[in-house]
Amino acid sequence: MTTVLPPPSKRQKREDAERALHPIVQPTIPEGLQPIQFRDADTGAPQGPVVTVSLADLSAKNLSLLLNGLLGKTDPSDRLPYHFYSPLGDGEFSQEQVIKAYLEGKTSTEVSLNIPCRAEAVFKVKAVTRCSASVTGHGEAILATAFSPASSSRLATGSGDKTARIWDCDTGTPMHTLKGHTGWVLAVAWSPDGGMLATGSMDNTVRLWDPEKGQPLGGPLKGHTKWITSMSWEPYHLREPGRPRLASASKDYTIRIWDAVGRQTDMALTGHKGCVSCVKWGGTGWIYSASHDRSVKVWDATKGTLVHTLNAHAHWVNHLALSTDFVLRTGFFDHNGKKDAPDTVDAKRRKALERYEAATKGAGGVERLVTASDDCTMYLWEPSKSTKPLERMVGHQKQVNHVTFSGDGVLVASAGFDNHVKLWQAKDGKFLFTLRGHVGPVYQCAFSPDSRLLVSASKDTTLKAWDVRTGKLAENLPGHQDEVFAVDWAPDGQRVGSGGQDKAVRIWRN
Amino acid sequence: MPQNEYIERFTKQHGRRLDHEERTRKRAARETHHASDKAQNLRGLRAKLHQQKRHKEKIQMKKQIRQQEEKNVKGAEDAGPSTTPLPSYLLDRSNPTNAKALSSAIKNKRAEKAAKFSVPLPKVRGIAEAEMFKVVKTGKKTAKKSWKRMITKPTFVGPDFTRRPVKYERFIRPMGLRYKKANVTHPELGVTVQLPIISVKKNPQSPMYTQLGVLTKGTIVEVNVSELGLVTAGGKVVWGRWAQITNNTENDGCVNAVLLV
Repeated sequence: MTTVLPPPSKRQKREDAERALHPIVQPTIPEGLQPIQFRDADTGAPQGPVVTVSLADLSAKNLSLLLNGLLGKTDPSDRLPYHFYSPLGDGEFSQEQVIKAYLEGKTSTEVSLNIPCRAEAVFKVKAVTRCSASVTGHGEAILATAFSPASSSRLATGSGDKTARIWDCDTGTPMHTLKGHTGWVLAVAWSPDGGMLATGSMDNTVRLWDPEKGQPLGGPLKGHTKWITSMSWEPYHLREPGRPRLASASKDYTIRIWDAVGRQTDMALTGHKGCVSCVKWGGTGWIYSASHDRSVKVWDATKGTLVHTLNAHAHWVNHLALSTDFVLRTGFFDHNGKKDAPDTVDAKRRKALERYEAATKGAGGVERLVTASDDCTMYLWEPSKSTKPLERMVGHQKQVNHVTFSGDGVLVASAGFDNHVKLWQAKDGKFLFTLRGHVGPVYQCAFSPDSRLLVSASKDTTLKAWDVRTGKLAENLPGHQDEVFAVDWAPDGQRVGSGGQDKAVRIWRN
Repeated sequence: MPQNEYIERFTKQHGRRLDHEERTRKRAARETHHASDKAQNLRGLRAKLHQQKRHKEKIQMKKQIRQQEEKNVKGAEDAGPSTTPLPSYLLDRSNPTNAKALSSAIKNKRAEKAAKFSVPLPKVRGIAEAEMFKVVKTGKKTAKKSWKRMITKPTFVGPDFTRRPVKYERFIRPMGLRYKKANVTHPELGVTVQLPIISVKKNPQSPMYTQLGVLTKGTIVEVNVSELGLVTAGGKVVWGRWAQITNNTENDGCVNAVLLV
């Protein structure tokens, strides 16, 4: 049986006729030589001299070549990929927009056009597309995962079966089982030099391990009276040589700073009136902590005093992220991992400091902080300048569970219980995209180290990889049998590790 | 639109009287006075019936109050919160775990392929046509005298069902015996949830009853499980799932079913 289409309606006919009357004319690119000036997107400093380019050649690809040439990077291996923004307002650079503005008379060839630009990561991470290994071993749900800062071949997971495990991701096999805790392992944290692994547990203790040998470094660090919720290592460039320190946040309202070698409490930071949900050690020697008492507190890590209390949230603060999280976590390891790591302690410290300074350069040398809360909002802070928030970021319909900065500190991603991930501009907290696709609450998300991709883990058993430039789904990654609790993208971008209720660790590759 | 919802349609189209809120409030306020008046002044059988009615209402009221009180009580500090491990960001949240447990159990069960075709009630009592149908005489005039069949069992009719013109209507499915929801139990977990029925898949008595949507014991119905939040391995929401009716619905006045997993 064939279906005969109904004859076109009156309206359709009329519209067709109208369309036929006014044929679409392809806009021709007008002749004209446009002087342009490249400027740094963050500082506004001019990059190279004013150059004149014909309007027809004003495409982003050409500009990238031109800018590299202007800055003297003629050798193809030296060239940096650049990201250009619109000279006329917000958004990306587009040739059509510039030509349209020229035709409308908003710009002229007499005045030079300021094109903001920003150098992007020199390496490119491909979106993970497939599950390269699904490794079983844990007897209960996996609650936390973290890749080693040194390479993507080591992944640590903490589980409800009271053990933490270290996996060899090259072969997809278990390496070490770290037994010792008597409660669920809720948090794992690698030290920035990759030499130590800390695990925090439901049994109120923190334990330290040697990740190479899989041996415990001494006994448990006791002191907390409730379970550990989050941990953070002292940044590599701040630590006293041979005396790394670790901050742990607990349900017992306190934060404790541990001397990892002396194996005792350095300080206990008390002052919160609720469960401390997240702690981060900043690169200027401040410790930031978020709590269920609705406040975010900033502590001085050397003196142990309270510096600021940031009040704005109306409900639990669930998570906080620093713009420098990525460089603090990786310390002196760049995207090449161990290959480019310096040999001496001094050189390592210098490199870690260099990387930290490079990361804060965009924001004018200060760290930014973003906090996510149960009141469905997030706040952007610059604690070193003011205790007032820079911006209130609203848009989520339910609690925001996780928030993260991209590696270059340009974007912020937030995962909420309303099934959405949202992307924000880190500079001013402006909303960019909603990443729709998950059908259950999104628990965590992680940026790729080159900040071009994002992976999110959800209760709906899937991971999804997103392209942050367009805000589109790059890859759907089903495979888990049950909720995915934890996800992490390796610092060299090779792998994504995830774990959840189904007890299997999955390693994803491109 | 079901044909009996003309009042709702009217309010959608034209709105309500301007003093509707006022009137409903006043009516509600008068209610207690009426009740007290009746309780004081009714005599005999009517008094008895009224008492029965009030008794039932009071039971419901007490139940509701109790529920409300339970809701208001702050949960005791649960030290070792749940038995299943949870990440720290979910620890202090009281999650509705029922549906979750349901979801994982269904997934586990799905692995066993043999369970696919077995149903909890393999055999049911046959129902004769005489029991199923009642004859209704119709037609006022001698020439049009005829008869129709009225179904004496509970039925499910879809949401967009409209009756055929009276002249052509051959089966009457009484309004009072129509059901939209079923109390669905998960067999292993013993969790019971009230879920909307989507369709009748199979009535073991006869294919005609399947078509008519008769809900007798042993009937397979499709129920809407979307509110349980089940997801497939691919991350899509599971919507419909089959269940078998376990009770004699005509005797009980409710539809109880067991989920087929």
